[in-house]
Amino acid sequence: MPKKKMYDRGKVFAGLAVFVVLLIFPFLLNLGKAAPAPELKLSDKAKAAKECVESKAYMTANHMQLLNEWRETVVRNAQRVYVNSSGKKFEMSLSNTCLDCHTEKAEFCDKCHNYAAVTPYCWDCHVDPKETM
Amino acid sequence: MEESSRRTFLKLAGFSALGLGAKPVLDAFASSGGVQSKPMVMKGEKALQAKRWALVIDTRKFKSEKDLEPMIEVCHKIHNVPKLENKRHEIKWLWTEEFKHIFSSQTHDFLDERVKDLPFLTLCNHCEKPACVRACPTKATFKRADGIVLMDFHRCIGCRFCMAACPYGSRSFNFRDPRPFIKETNLKFPTRMKGVVEKCNFCAERLAVGKIPACVEVSKGALAFGDLGDSKSKVRELLSSNFTIRRKPALGAGPSVFYIV
Repeated sequence: MPKKKMYDRGKVFAGLAVFVVLLIFPFLLNLGKAAPAPELKLSDKAKAAKECVESKAYMTANHMQLLNEWRETVVRNAQRVYVNSSGKKFEMSLSNTCLDCHTEKAEFCDKCHNYAAVTPYCWDCHVDPKETM
Repeated sequence: MEESSRRTFLKLAGFSALGLGAKPVLDAFASSGGVQSKPMVMKGEKALQAKRWALVIDTRKFKSEKDLEPMIEVCHKIHNVPKLENKRHEIKWLWTEEFKHIFSSQTHDFLDERVKDLPFLTLCNHCEKPACVRACPTKATFKRADGIVLMDFHRCIGCRFCMAACPYGSRSFNFRDPRPFIKETNLKFPTRMKGVVEKCNFCAERLAVGKIPACVEVSKGALAFGDLGDSKSKVRELLSSNFTIRRKPALGAGPSVFYIV
């Protein structure tokens, strides 16, 4: 087998190196600077209540499904009262029940939603008393 | 000996498999009788209920636009209805019209003076057979078991088929973001967003907590709200003792709003 010669060896490897560096540049730039998970501030009322409508773990993981079910039952089935697993009753209302306790939407809802880069459109219609006043 | 040891082995293996299979089943039985119950939903204890809600408007008790203003005002205030000056962007839940406009098939050139100039209160008729519900492609507008025709703003895609279908012009479209045009926001009730259709909801949110519609409450007895399915209700009493008319009866939509003229 005849030996093949590689032309412009230096330039090719230099070019490759530059390409790879450019490719991983964003990762290098942000190395070790991952945004920490936001710490949510609970309002005094929420702290005093200790438990949300369901357990904290359930709410963290499933509040969106819960709210989805709430809006369906309230609007379409005219049932407005939620009885949780331990028998406690709540009015199913985002503005009047959730925000009554979680008074600081900016410190509670928004903080986490911004971190997770989700933009729920709840607030296009539902009113945050703090923002409207 | 060899034969029998194989037999015992198979027997043992069989029993063990049975035991392993039975455990999850037993576990499931054991947990179903636990203390933790499933969450439930229900109607509020004070919620008003009916077979078919209806409104009777006694127009004899009104003299001028002034008598109707308080009702319109309270309705638009509690429901965060924006006030847009541009007629083409206007949002209305409850408003006034002349006789010749709302009863276009029942009018003639020689109407009596009182009726000719009298403003008539107009709103969604909450029809028995609502054309808007049939037209809606997403079921955003639907008829409840108690006869109220409601909007589910979450589902509305703003196609405005319902507006084309409604023979009464009861629906308004949000061409603009309504929020800047709401003077005082009622924090207990949501606003709407740009691109959805809205209309009167017969105060469904008030009925749910045992209150009658706001317009009826401030009407000083000129408006009556009640159940058409209950022969002893106020509306049935009024309907049986007065001659009443409905808008565009020939269309067969079956409005639930009656007018004593």
